[in-house]
Amino acid sequence: MNLIPLFIAVPLGVAFILALLGKFKEVVSDLLAALSTLSLAILSFVLIGQLKTHGIFVYTVGKWTPPWGINLVLDGLSLLMLIIINTVAFLVIIYSVSYMKKFTAKSRYYALFLLMLAGMNGVVLTGDFFNLFVFSEIAAISSYALVAFGVEAEELEASFKYMVMGSIASILILFSVGLLYGLTGSLNMADVGRMIQGRRNVLLSFSMTLFLAGFGLKAAVIPFHAWLPDAHPSAPAPISAMLSGVLIKALGVYALMRIFFNVFGMGLQLYWTFMILGCVSMIGGGLLALRQEDLKRLLAYSSISQIGYIILGLGCGNYWGIMGALFHLLNHASFKSLLFLNSGAVEYSTGTRKLEKMGGLSKVMPVTGATSTIASLSISGIPPFNGFWSKLFIIIGLIQAGHFVLAVITILASVLTLAYYLRMQRYAFFGKLREGLEKIKEAPLLMSFSMIVLAIICLGVGILFYPVMKIVLEPAVEVLQEGIRYSSLVLGG
Amino acid sequence: MKGMTIIVKTITKFLSPLIILFGVYIVLHGHLTPGGGFPGGVMIASCFILLTLAYGKEVAYKKLKRSTSSVIESLGVLIFLILALLGIFMGGYFFLNFLPLGHPLKIISAGIIPLCYIGVGLEVAGAIFAVFLALVLFKAGEEKEKPQ
Amino acid sequence: MIFFLCFVIFLIGLYCVIVKKNILKIVIGIAIMEYAVNLFLILLGYRWEGVPAIVTETVTQARFVDPLPQALVLTAIVISIATLALMVSLCIRIHQRYKTFDITKIRRLKG
Repeated sequence: MNLIPLFIAVPLGVAFILALLGKFKEVVSDLLAALSTLSLAILSFVLIGQLKTHGIFVYTVGKWTPPWGINLVLDGLSLLMLIIINTVAFLVIIYSVSYMKKFTAKSRYYALFLLMLAGMNGVVLTGDFFNLFVFSEIAAISSYALVAFGVEAEELEASFKYMVMGSIASILILFSVGLLYGLTGSLNMADVGRMIQGRRNVLLSFSMTLFLAGFGLKAAVIPFHAWLPDAHPSAPAPISAMLSGVLIKALGVYALMRIFFNVFGMGLQLYWTFMILGCVSMIGGGLLALRQEDLKRLLAYSSISQIGYIILGLGCGNYWGIMGALFHLLNHASFKSLLFLNSGAVEYSTGTRKLEKMGGLSKVMPVTGATSTIASLSISGIPPFNGFWSKLFIIIGLIQAGHFVLAVITILASVLTLAYYLRMQRYAFFGKLREGLEKIKEAPLLMSFSMIVLAIICLGVGILFYPVMKIVLEPAVEVLQEGIRYSSLVLGG
Repeated sequence: MKGMTIIVKTITKFLSPLIILFGVYIVLHGHLTPGGGFPGGVMIASCFILLTLAYGKEVAYKKLKRSTSSVIESLGVLIFLILALLGIFMGGYFFLNFLPLGHPLKIISAGIIPLCYIGVGLEVAGAIFAVFLALVLFKAGEEKEKPQ
Repeated sequence: MIFFLCFVIFLIGLYCVIVKKNILKIVIGIAIMEYAVNLFLILLGYRWEGVPAIVTETVTQARFVDPLPQALVLTAIVISIATLALMVSLCIRIHQRYKTFDITKIRRLKG
């Protein structure tokens, strides 16, 4: 099982090798980046089989046993996140081989991208609080630099706002990690979990609040969402896909799940907090997306709404709620990345992002139009695509827990999602072709390849949802449902 | 940016080797005294920054190119990563301390930690000097790449 | 008690980020907040009548202060160097494009 640290070491090494070799031909850096992400994606699928035979795996770095040493923990939840992160990263790198041709410093783009990937892999694999903070910072700083990559005026302003708010979140997280260290004397997640079980004093609640604020800002739940509608549209399209599809989940939602379910232990107040935050995000994001004129800004507000679904599902606490939330996490990674890649293809061909300047694009760009329709139907929850199943599971979970009002609100929010996506499709892709747009060609081959693969994943996971549930999602749900027995599993085994 | 007065230039000429020597001392004795890779690297970088400030931008840029400091930075990280990965081949665990541990309080002891600190020191020195050069050499209208 | 004063410094930095209009002063506010958190972490390790945690030939057993938060703070300081360097370079670029440092005038993204 020495393959686990490769998830962190390989992107880090290849990033700095690319920074060295950047002066050579472009093909070299393209090939290196694509090969490394492909190998990581394949490795994450191979680990599914190994996890089934072995159970939860604790990798002690440098042979220092926990709680003195840092350990990397691979369980069902980490494996689910690893699969999502590495697969989406590989497809986005294939896309950006042809999209980023107009930028000059392409090797630096790959270096920053691989650094962000190394940081995200580190966040989902680590079992130690300070390691979580450091890897979260690595990923966040790389994403600040990537959002400002093409140095136009709006990108710089968006990156500055994102950076100030992200730094405040990181400082809050560090404050909370320090507070936990002062209270318990250890930094290992399993050890802290074992020591604070059953004890509740004011400082622990303060620490929980700081974590909720810090990671909630990185996950863009509604009180802390103000950076997302500026940062995600202004970034280059492949970076928007990575940020919206993967980064807010790996840094924000995963950290919230790990800390609150496995270390602190969920109680009734925390369940209600999650449910209220999720409900407000769902409705707020949906209502604000209705009146957007910019294509990518609409997609950014829709991200806020879908993250609200995930947090609402987590707040239910029963099997179907958590299963729906994790399934929606996987689905949202696939269809939101696909939608952002589509918007990048539209911008590449037409040069604009405003909905009022587009019209009837599916006649000249058939691949983009078809994949965009598939993604919009998936995200609205139409069967047989994958969004339908995940939203159904969340609603079943809410009804089983007895929150009928919230279930009705969820269904209404789903109708709202369908409304603004249909509006986007009608303006951008259907209808009459606008006068200046006849000479547009389809997106280049590599960009179309990524979009088609993501659309196949949307359709495939929708039809084959039962095997996906049993193989990949059930171990993850088990980890979250065990809750605070995580600590005895890690330390005892 | 022009240089400073002749007093500053003379003192810098005498002091800069001593500053680099002190930085290298802090990096190498990282396992015995406080310090290690990060502060030592910052000191080495600050010596180069002092040279740039004292002698002016044009003179310093001929000697200390930005591409050299980028290369040194990448090499530092790669040394660190290779040492960490060698732990897998030699003992089975990532980051294992596989060189002999020696007696405490001698300079050649504590396994791979001094070598790791050398890698970190090179990297921090290269990075901070590259950041300084990128911020200083930026002028409106001049061709610039993004600072790393 | 002294930890409460660290929190007061954090709130001063937060006030600076929220109220000031010059983007460089916002960056300084973030730096003040980071100082407050680093100070809090180091103060956690203090032991009453402790000596620095350095083992030499003469001093091998004494009441050492806790060295673990010092390692954490070293890493946090290096991370904040990277963040502040990136922020300052963004400020320089913003001044090149918008010709102002005033954040109330840098508002092209709305809605």
